[in-house]
Amino acid sequence: FVRHKMRAAGFLHGARRARHLCSLCHRRRFTTAVEIAGETQKMTMVAAINDALRVALRTDPAAVVFGEDVAFGGVFRASMNLVEEFGPERVLNMPINEQGLVGFGIGMAAVGGTAIAEVQFADYIFPAMDQICNEAAKFRYRSGNEFDVGGLTIRAPASAVGHGGHYHSQSPEAYFAHTPGLKVVYPRDAYTAKGLLLASIRDKNPVIFFEPKILYRASVGQVPVGDYELPLGKADILTAGKDITCVAWGAQVHVMTKACARAEADGISCEAIDLATIAPWDMHTIRTSVKKTGRLLVTHEAPLTGGFAGEIAATIQDECFDYLEAPIARVTGADTPFPLAFEKLYLPDELKVYDAIVRTANY
Amino acid sequence: ADSLQRPMKRFHPAAGCGATRIHFSMRTAARKCRSAVKLWRPASRARSALAYISEPEHEARCTGNEPEAGFVGAPGSRYVSEMKFFYPHVDHVPPILPCFRLVDDLGRLVEGAEQHLPVLNEELLQKLQTTMIRVSEYDKVFNDAQRQGRISFYLVSRGEEACSIGSCAALDPRDLLLPQYRELGALLWRGFTCHDVANQLTSNALDPAHGRQLPLHIGSKEKSIVYIKSTLGTQCPHAAGASYALKLQRTSRISLCYFGDGTSSHADVPSALNIAAVHKCPTIFFCRNNGYAISTNVADQYVSDGVAPRGIAFGMPTIRIDGNDMLAVFAATQRAREIALQESRPVLIEAMTYRIGAHSTSDDDSKYRTKKSPHAGWDSERAFWESRSPIIRFGRYLQSKGLFSVHREEELRKAARREAIDALNLAERAAKPDYSHMFTDVYDELSWVQHEQQNKLKAHVQKYAHKYADIMPQLVSL
Repeated sequence: FVRHKMRAAGFLHGARRARHLCSLCHRRRFTTAVEIAGETQKMTMVAAINDALRVALRTDPAAVVFGEDVAFGGVFRASMNLVEEFGPERVLNMPINEQGLVGFGIGMAAVGGTAIAEVQFADYIFPAMDQICNEAAKFRYRSGNEFDVGGLTIRAPASAVGHGGHYHSQSPEAYFAHTPGLKVVYPRDAYTAKGLLLASIRDKNPVIFFEPKILYRASVGQVPVGDYELPLGKADILTAGKDITCVAWGAQVHVMTKACARAEADGISCEAIDLATIAPWDMHTIRTSVKKTGRLLVTHEAPLTGGFAGEIAATIQDECFDYLEAPIARVTGADTPFPLAFEKLYLPDELKVYDAIVRTANY
Repeated sequence: ADSLQRPMKRFHPAAGCGATRIHFSMRTAARKCRSAVKLWRPASRARSALAYISEPEHEARCTGNEPEAGFVGAPGSRYVSEMKFFYPHVDHVPPILPCFRLVDDLGRLVEGAEQHLPVLNEELLQKLQTTMIRVSEYDKVFNDAQRQGRISFYLVSRGEEACSIGSCAALDPRDLLLPQYRELGALLWRGFTCHDVANQLTSNALDPAHGRQLPLHIGSKEKSIVYIKSTLGTQCPHAAGASYALKLQRTSRISLCYFGDGTSSHADVPSALNIAAVHKCPTIFFCRNNGYAISTNVADQYVSDGVAPRGIAFGMPTIRIDGNDMLAVFAATQRAREIALQESRPVLIEAMTYRIGAHSTSDDDSKYRTKKSPHAGWDSERAFWESRSPIIRFGRYLQSKGLFSVHREEELRKAARREAIDALNLAERAAKPDYSHMFTDVYDELSWVQHEQQNKLKAHVQKYAHKYADIMPQLVSL
């Protein structure tokens, strides 16, 4: 195997010491034949997402990208230059109506279209929950597989941005993980964003793709310019370790890796894992890791109660009860609406995660 | 000879059957009021709709073509024979939209009907009427079957048979249909057999959806009918998106979604109207305005002039039609399809009708239905509309052309009833779906989550096999 060195240039503060090993080399069950086009280019995460949309529109004549403000390039520039290349029939502005545009996408997908919807902020996905959870998730099941909306992908910028407050900061992955029939994906950087988005678009099930918006420009990396996919449902082991397993997704991955680096200096060997796909989640990788380390910490921005860390904790304590040396730690956002003035202490920052690592390791 | 094979429960007014309660009280009322029209009873003996009210009796009460229709959903709407689609930004829209019809309540062509009368051959005319009668008889059998506990739930289409059949008949068979749930006629028109329906109602192994949904939640990819589901109005944005994709695929296929007056209040409906208009989706939005949403009269649903103004408001050609007039439904849908394809835009048809039956087997409509008839001469609102049901009106029209008769109707009804009873008996005897289908089709392939839960369920069932003896045949593949 060739080790693909990925420089962490332009990353979040303090990320210099984080080593980003190519997830390909550490993936034991990677069987998909994925062509990594030789040429890579330095891209921000949003540029990588833009590129994924371009590749999807180029390779699939049935693909249509639509959402609010999508035509001019998008409020985050995720859909830049698409209407110029693919025309107004395939890159659509939608009225401000999430339930309508998601329902529109379901209809397209039901007759074989590839509907790539954008919800402008994950905080505004709630009007579409009926369409997502009652319709998209159940379309195949209720029709005995005669119909399906696998061609539907919903992208939404999510998670904290520093100044977002209640309605520009949420991380609603848990609501959708709870509905059987949906897949939920959460990339952590430019490279995983493009690969996972292409995989999500082509997956034969409806996928909700949350994009950590704070990393749109902050995450820069070498991204293949060609067509590639990363498999859904596979967690990435970022650093191998033997004392504690740490799991996160999205932007929180970098907070976690920083905390792990700090703990390494204290002599605690951390196995840092990016879950990447929330539903269906890669329980086997986590289980194997916890059987080795005996300790688990899960961290996410979303509030504690009903957060997805609870699902991971409950399953792992069931699967690894005899192996656990300490209670499973969850370091998460508080059970409050996302507060503007209090964001700094609301979020599970590096110090909180580090502290929990130390407590769990020394239990 | 035509009774159901299982002994039928004797309906008694004191029993909890709402339908019977109405008939008992109305029969009493009918006896008291000599001019009152006897109510239609969903009895086990085949009857003829044409014989329900004779022409002289009907004529004694009305001309058959009152200018004001008296529809619950749009009181004040006047009948016209001009098939005019009101275009936004073009036409002056009256405060109350008129109601297009071709055939009056007595089955006679109205003045000016020749202009828009669809030219249909005899075979098609017969098939339209036969399909309505089949819906009517199947509804009776299956509704009774629910009362007997043989199926869990049912919704009749009584009074609204023409809405679904007339509209579906005017489409191309490959146009995508997105029904709500009161469109059994459209399903039969597209080729669903009584056996297909009975299999789904009894949730047996022959149901393509493996008994996963409530009765009548049916569909077919092959017949271009999206599966029915219990949620209301969600099919409307689907119709817009589907027709957009069909347009991109250059298929010359359109989509048509059905919804009711109650469902029109659901946010998905204006969302869909708006998006379809903005993005020029060739979709027909077909509203069956039957006056009631379970117990809610339209007076509690909206104060607008019915649902039609919403089409114009959101930017699409709109027409209100008499949904109980088979030929008007056919003509309007045919023209709407032309508009949708040629002008590449959505169209709204508001078909005025009346829900003669209850919402479903779960409600007792005697508790909320308006008692008073819109016009004198009938002892109830329901009797008024029963006397001018689609089957009676179209039947009279065909009779005047020598294509139909009381005798023929009785024969058709007997045959359809027999067919439904036989199909139900057969469907009940079929095997139930296998439990392995509890876990398939959640995703395209089972994920580890489904595999693990299926294994746990298997282990549980094996451990307590004696407790699950009655469903053991369904656990074979688990």
